[in-house]
Amino acid sequence: MSGLDTAIRFEHVTKSFDGTPVLDDMSFDVCRHTACCIMGRSGAGKSVTLKLLMGLLKPDAGEIHVNDLEIETLDSAGLVEVRKTMGFLFQYSALFDSLTVADNVAFPLRRHTRMTEREIADSVRERLAAVGLETELDKMPLDLSGGMRKRVGLARALALNPSILLVDEPSSGLDPITAREIDKLLIDLKSSNKTTIVVVTHNVPSARRIGDKLIIVNDGHIIAQGTAQELAASTNDVVKQFLSEV
Amino acid sequence: MRAIRVCFKRPFELSEISHQVYLAGCGSLPLVMTSGLAIGVVLSMHTRASMERFGAEALIPAALAIAMISEIGPLMTGLLVAGRVGAGIGAELGGMRVTEQIDALESLAVDSFHYLAVTRIVACMIALPILTMVMNSFALVGGFLAETAISNVSLRLYLHQAFAPIDFMEYVLPTMKTVVFGFIIGTVSSYLGYTATGGSEGIGRASTRSVVLSSTFLIVVNVLLVRIIFVLFPSGAL
Repeated sequence: MSGLDTAIRFEHVTKSFDGTPVLDDMSFDVCRHTACCIMGRSGAGKSVTLKLLMGLLKPDAGEIHVNDLEIETLDSAGLVEVRKTMGFLFQYSALFDSLTVADNVAFPLRRHTRMTEREIADSVRERLAAVGLETELDKMPLDLSGGMRKRVGLARALALNPSILLVDEPSSGLDPITAREIDKLLIDLKSSNKTTIVVVTHNVPSARRIGDKLIIVNDGHIIAQGTAQELAASTNDVVKQFLSEV
Repeated sequence: MRAIRVCFKRPFELSEISHQVYLAGCGSLPLVMTSGLAIGVVLSMHTRASMERFGAEALIPAALAIAMISEIGPLMTGLLVAGRVGAGIGAELGGMRVTEQIDALESLAVDSFHYLAVTRIVACMIALPILTMVMNSFALVGGFLAETAISNVSLRLYLHQAFAPIDFMEYVLPTMKTVVFGFIIGTVSSYLGYTATGGSEGIGRASTRSVVLSSTFLIVVNVLLVRIIFVLFPSGAL
């Protein structure tokens, strides 16, 4: 695969915490304008993978390329520029609880654009309308349900029109209907905005809906990767067991 | 060291600094004013009990002013702010750390250390001298109220007696040392909050340790600062 087609490249990445290996020689890549779902048991290193991609953690060994830039070699200014092209939807949304919904979404726009307050307000309204929350502008995050918070988090992650979106457990703690709504938002985003999406999830049906490519991680290793059909044909016991838990 | 280095880097986060000065400064005013007033009354009463024996009641305002301005005002303000603001910073940043809000800031291409820690450190350094002046002023008001209730002294005479033995440097140096107190409170609390781990227990630990450590450092550093003032500015030492 040529570098031009690849938005994300993970090469032999190793990461451990307090001597306990979480990722061990992990390699994969994600093509531009596609969605990749990383699945695995709890503690398999899925969320760590996303944080490594965002440069929130540094790998012990290996290389991580985002948009053809090796992010662990970047200085803080370089990392800021890369992060402007990425969005991150956290598992528990991580909304700033001292700011209103509107201010949460406006935050990256105020920091990184020269938009006027009127333009920012319009953009915030547009972003929140896209996730069905245009009437909740003045609410505080703590007044929202888990699903609403997740949608606000998505609106904030998309505020700067990132070319890459990282999503950590989009359906955790949500009812099936809300989880499907989030999935639909992500699928729309991939098809209409041509955003490259990396999703970490436990939810196999959700991963099948969203992902062009599925990766199954176990004990810090990738044990299978490919399309949903390719994984369904896998003979690996863990993969079969994982995919049968639907 | 990183806080000092980053402090002079763009963006200067002026709006966040002013917001934090407001939270740390204006939020602490009721506590500082009440404490100052009460300390002034109590110190005046104690001083009178001693001074009366020697017929030196006229020295009561000066004794109170010297005690407040040189030591009690700066130290009490520092300890009060360490308790109120230090605990708040430790808990707030600790909460942000365990709920991934600090990671969220980083993911939005914001230097979280600069935005959260440095702004709070600078805010504490700005707020402390101002709060110390407020504390000293209210202590003198408290002292005056206690004195005038007993001796019917006029405000003009009271202020004259209070400030007669104090020159400008003797007032400025102890007040300015609270900038260092502000640095200690901001740095210790921000560090402990920023590096908090372990859920709600970790937040509580960060908050408690912020108060304990910054108060301890503050008391110890105060000894050093007083010594430095005595050595470098002998005329400024009361």
